[in-house]
Amino acid sequence: MHMADALISPAVGGAFWAASLSAIAYSSRKLKRETDEKLVPLTGVLAAFVFAAQMINFTIPGTGSSGHIGGGLLLAILLGPHAAFIAMASVLVVQALFFADGGLLALGCNIWNLGFYSCFVAYPLIYRPITGNAAGNGRKHVFAAVVSAIAALQLGAFSVVLQTMFSGVSELPFKVFFSFMQPVHLAIGIVEGAVTAGAVAYIRKAGWHENSLPAGLAYKRLAWGIIAVALFTGGALSWFASTLPDGLEWSIERTTGGSGPAASGAGELAASTAPIVGGAIVLGAILAAGFLVSMLMKKNA
Amino acid sequence: MLKAGHLNFDITALDRLSCAESPAHRLDARVKLLTAVAFIVCVVSFPKHEVSGLMQFFLYPVMMAAVGGIPFGLVARKVIVVSPFALMVGAFNPFFDTAPAVSIGSVAISGGWLSFASIMIRFALTVSTAVILISTTSFHGVCRALEQLGAPAAFATQLLVLYRYLFVLGDESRRMLRAFEARSFGEGAPTPGMKTVSHLIGALFLRTVSRAGRIHAAMTARGFDGEMRTMRQDRIRLSDALFAALAISAFVVMRTMNIAAIAGSLVTEGAR
Repeated sequence: MHMADALISPAVGGAFWAASLSAIAYSSRKLKRETDEKLVPLTGVLAAFVFAAQMINFTIPGTGSSGHIGGGLLLAILLGPHAAFIAMASVLVVQALFFADGGLLALGCNIWNLGFYSCFVAYPLIYRPITGNAAGNGRKHVFAAVVSAIAALQLGAFSVVLQTMFSGVSELPFKVFFSFMQPVHLAIGIVEGAVTAGAVAYIRKAGWHENSLPAGLAYKRLAWGIIAVALFTGGALSWFASTLPDGLEWSIERTTGGSGPAASGAGELAASTAPIVGGAIVLGAILAAGFLVSMLMKKNA
Repeated sequence: MLKAGHLNFDITALDRLSCAESPAHRLDARVKLLTAVAFIVCVVSFPKHEVSGLMQFFLYPVMMAAVGGIPFGLVARKVIVVSPFALMVGAFNPFFDTAPAVSIGSVAISGGWLSFASIMIRFALTVSTAVILISTTSFHGVCRALEQLGAPAAFATQLLVLYRYLFVLGDESRRMLRAFEARSFGEGAPTPGMKTVSHLIGALFLRTVSRAGRIHAAMTARGFDGEMRTMRQDRIRLSDALFAALAISAFVVMRTMNIAAIAGSLVTEGAR
């Protein structure tokens, strides 16, 4: 459920970039202050672990399909929310650059959807209160993990729906998209929670003890800071977009040959075939030029 | 196994390309990163029915790939591999927006088909730009650029460590899966069940943590104090500044002028 550049508007992309960047900055500062630099290599290697864990596909019972875990909740439980968020954010950066999963502008949305909810909502507000401080392995922990994973994935899926709606590139009605995304991610959440709980139980049985959550987290300040930055960026960008409509309207008129249902006739025909012919000419010219340049580069090399 | 081979192929192919020498590779990483972002913002800021006005934007990825020696086929393949999500969401547009917007002869095309085409073109443009950025800049270059542009140093360091150990841990998980397959006699193949997988992931985590401890010990022994130092001096040269100015002003021109429509109307007028 990576959000794609092609589906978002600059205002939505910018707002979530700002929100994710402030969460990254907050987490980095927190990590630096409360631990020694030891956690930098540790979280880097653990982010690589998330990649490796995502490579392990397993059969989802009753469906015959297979899937893999996201890993955000697992890291939050084992390392605390700050290190986990930084690790998830860096995993998404690599995915955006090398696998083109999402894209550069949508990266902010993806870090938010796949990292923020599991580390800063599900873990501190659901998992910790249910399990308390006890590092046990009982049913309570399985229950907590499943509920947290469901919550994180529901919020993430809902965010994808909202970001798509606010961007307005897709025509999908809110209700249709919502009623498709939420149930699918309910199933994924149950599986993710169960596997996470199993992995945590196994890891604890082997004698690993997590760093406990640093006391006195400034969640409230973080939340207000992020909201303020995101609103400001989104607002500024949409204002900027709305002051620039002239060239834009002109080009719509050009492409669609006037808005509204087009009547038939010679004049209308010319207006609507022109962009198609022109588009083909432009694309052909660019490809030909690209081909020529690459031949030249090869010759010189 | 499944995705593992895919992962290594993808990264090593792009990594090898990023080590080459070309004018595109020599550009400063910050300049390339910011230009790519400006490009993507221009592309996604078009109204949703725009099709012909987006065509001219192919100039940037095609030229960067041509100058940087990036094979067009590789870029196209990457675009196709990651397209399902945008394809799935975009494919609904023709069903929900059925008002005719354009007619070609007697055939009316609805707004939904236009916006669907627009989404797929945006997708091709933004994805190919990201792929070309990484294959002309290298991951280290992008990380350094991020840090120089103000990202927290700890985050940049962490990205570099992640990248370095991606392959090591990828191999580790592949070995574990192979061992699982060898012991399971086809039971549960091709993929393990949920209980097994939680143990596999747990074991992988423990191995990762002990490896991270050894890595940290080795790094401290060599004087690591939380900061990455490089001998490399990055300066923005005149050619970098010229490239940025040229590219960004070209984006602005392309954003406001639909060259395809102008060329098309010239041709169709001329034909009559």
